Amino acid sequence: MVGLVLVSHSPRVAEGTAELVRNMAGEIEISAVGGDSDGTLGTDPEGIKNAIEGLDADEVLVFMDLGSAVLSAETVIEMLSSDLSERVRLVDAPFVEGAFAAGVTASTEADANECVAAAMEARTESKLHD
Amino acid sequence: MAAAMEEHRRYLTKLDSEIGDGDHGTNMHRGFQAALERLEGAQAASPADVLTDVSMALISKVGGAAGPLYGTAFLRASTALSGKEEVSARDAAEALEAALEGIKQRGKAAVGDKTMVDALERAVVAAKEAASAEESVTRVFRAAAEAAWEGAESTVPLTARKGRASYLGARSAGHKDPGATSTHLLLDAAARALEG
Repeated sequence: MVGLVLVSHSPRVAEGTAELVRNMAGEIEISAVGGDSDGTLGTDPEGIKNAIEGLDADEVLVFMDLGSAVLSAETVIEMLSSDLSERVRLVDAPFVEGAFAAGVTASTEADANECVAAAMEARTESKLHD
Repeated sequence: MAAAMEEHRRYLTKLDSEIGDGDHGTNMHRGFQAALERLEGAQAASPADVLTDVSMALISKVGGAAGPLYGTAFLRASTALSGKEEVSARDAAEALEAALEGIKQRGKAAVGDKTMVDALERAVVAAKEAASAEESVTRVFRAAAEAAWEGAESTVPLTARKGRASYLGARSAGHKDPGATSTHLLLDAAARALEG
């Protein structure tokens, strides 16, 4: 099973995106990490680490919104045990659309490569199709 | 360093509110207070252990990009000093260089991008020169701090290419970079501590 960790500067963006993914993908392994350690806007590396370690998943995909969310996630990967860090990937995709595509794909028991491919399609897929 | 961050909290926040999100002073102060608490609670046995403790506190408590960046810097410096009981001038310069490489790798920034790299790169060059000239550890840090000050000043005319300020484009010019400024303040605090 592929699990997702959603890292946003905003608790509400992280939780709202997780809610959206759960609604369409069902009960997949997903964890939202929003805000800094005080719960205000920012990022919380310790929270990201705990979320990755806490998921019951064979492989973990991490989605990040902006700037320091990416830096924090990269730093966390270095801090993980090597057997876990090999199973964690940061996904270079749009936050909401990418997490959504990966989550729905994960719900079909797809592997991490397929989920990442689905998320990456969200980068280029047109919304208006005109 | 914690005292310097407390003293200059408002100044860093003011710089950051001009081109960033206005929290650098508050964040750095919070991170270094957490580092102090962690050091008081732990029994760090070696210079490397102290740096690791500081790194972990900064990574978990600073918030914003500065947390992972400074956290990585302290962690790389710790690795560079691992196994050493005493720090020579050369060790100090090498630890600063390792810190710089960590920040560059993490932030993917280079000199001229209007970041802490502008201060730290110059600091490393000066530290290595001082170490090669058989200067003391204290002089290495003083040289690094002076060069970092020049580096921080050099960011004023630059247009930011990294971080939140990069979205401002040319409007970021004319402001001193908060990260380069805090790098100078930290090195200056280290030099002052050694000078006693």
